[in-house]
Amino acid sequence: MTTPRMAETAGRTGPPEEIKAVPVRHPGRWLAAAVVFLLVAMLVHTLVTNPRFQWDIIGRYFLSSRVLDGLELTILLTVVAMAIGIVLGVILAVMRLSTNPLLSSASWAYIWLFRGTPVLVQLLFWFNLAFLYPRISLGVPFGPSFLQANANDLITALTAAILGLGLNEGAYMAEVVRAGILSVEHGQAEAAQALGMSRTLTMRRIILPQAMRVIIPPTGNETISMLKTSSLASVITVTELLYAVQLIYSVNFQTIPLLIVASIWYLIVTSVLTAGQFYIERYYARGSARQLPPTPWQRLRRYLFTFHAPPPAPPAQLPSGEGR
Amino acid sequence: MITPAGTTPPVPGVSGPPMVLAEGLHKSFSRLQVLRGIDLEVARQEVMCIIGPSGSGKSTLLRCINHLEKINAGRLWVDGELVGYRQRGGKLHELREREICAKRAEIGMVFQQFNLFPHMTALENVIEAPIRVKGMPKAQAAELAGQLLDRAGLKDKASAYPRQLSGGQQQRVAIARALAMQPKLMLFDEPTSALDPELVGDVLAVMRDLATSGMTMIVVTHEMGFAREVGDTLVFMDQGAVVEAGRPREVLSNPQRARTRAFLSKVL
Repeated sequence: MTTPRMAETAGRTGPPEEIKAVPVRHPGRWLAAAVVFLLVAMLVHTLVTNPRFQWDIIGRYFLSSRVLDGLELTILLTVVAMAIGIVLGVILAVMRLSTNPLLSSASWAYIWLFRGTPVLVQLLFWFNLAFLYPRISLGVPFGPSFLQANANDLITALTAAILGLGLNEGAYMAEVVRAGILSVEHGQAEAAQALGMSRTLTMRRIILPQAMRVIIPPTGNETISMLKTSSLASVITVTELLYAVQLIYSVNFQTIPLLIVASIWYLIVTSVLTAGQFYIERYYARGSARQLPPTPWQRLRRYLFTFHAPPPAPPAQLPSGEGR
Repeated sequence: MITPAGTTPPVPGVSGPPMVLAEGLHKSFSRLQVLRGIDLEVARQEVMCIIGPSGSGKSTLLRCINHLEKINAGRLWVDGELVGYRQRGGKLHELREREICAKRAEIGMVFQQFNLFPHMTALENVIEAPIRVKGMPKAQAAELAGQLLDRAGLKDKASAYPRQLSGGQQQRVAIARALAMQPKLMLFDEPTSALDPELVGDVLAVMRDLATSGMTMIVVTHEMGFAREVGDTLVFMDQGAVVEAGRPREVLSNPQRARTRAFLSKVL
């Protein structure tokens, strides 16, 4: 017998009365919070009171020119190696998915080789390339050469590091990009072809932009990983961040404080990269969600200014009338 | 084999070869024979509706016409030109990708699943191919797209992304996108099959409008009402062959073949 009640509700004016109920208590949360708080307090206490951390030395070296030079080189290595890796990765992924068997197996072989050997070995290999090829020349294959150079002059420690890290990264990025391309529905390529778009144009305008949503998160991961992997270049005497502090503590023996200096810098750069990744992901999410996720600032502002107010209503972005 | 040729009243003022002509079309995917000898003729400005059970080869036939699928045997002409090949001497030469693309650009296609580009707004979806394929200036493409979206009743949705649109709205954007290439032939592959029943009408209205304007259309559909009212020819396909073809009213009300009768008794 719901009819009379429905009539009654319909007759009432104004918004319906909101439910007020006693919320469920969460004693477990309070307990967990207490434990976490205690552990954090202990950590802070030891950081502050243990004199062996030597914060004064950390402070003295944190902005020293040698450390900053090392940081600069680390960032340079990361950026250049990732740029090489991404370009190479896209090329290798497209080759791998090509219908041409020669291209796809060449790509397969490249990935097999560079993913299958340690990056440290690759770095040492490039650094010692002069042993295999003392002279490097540019010219017609099996014919005359136009340019010649001594391998030791051409392949410096820095170029060896860039080559080693970049070429290795290309193999990993190829798989990341390939996964992204495969994630795009087949109908998209078909629709583009039906409009008369060539395969290259379809890839560039339709497939890759959509693949980006799948490609970006692991690429951010790879970039952060590269930031730290670049420290391996220290073994081939590239004075990036780690090698820079190693050179300092090999003289003054303040090993731990200087390693902390390097670690704090790695953390700072990683934080910047993480923030950058958030905004890039947000850019490529357009069209995939009805409403873009709020940025941390928007979230903070909303949290501060709507304290105690009811949570914001879901955005009314649905097409009016025809809900689907 | 019954061909629908001759069943259509000649449209005055339209001359030239038939828009689509198929002779003994065969298509198979590895061992599965999908098309077994299709003969078909679609005149200029004709609206042909194709019905039939799923798996009868209707979609494959459409996809052969704009060369999304290669045929295995037979001959297929669109507007008097062979699809996918060039005949020189006694030999067939495969066309280059660029030539195939140029021919596809003249044929519009609308898919069951819309296949709009989700990373582009409705307007960007419509102007993409005219700008990139035809080299149309952006301002001109945008003006054309505005007119087409307006005609589809979507003037205020130009800056919406596909996911913000209902299925019916998405399909109308997809029709506008195909029309933006100013095609001479439009292929519709079950354009309303993925839609909620209440949204079908809007899409059919746009298609009816298009048919009235004189567009040559091949429509694979389950909408018998549309086929009866808008179609010039109705083709019933089963197991990769044309079973019956003729004027829609005659085929629907007085089917000649037992197979057609059996199918119609289930769907009408």
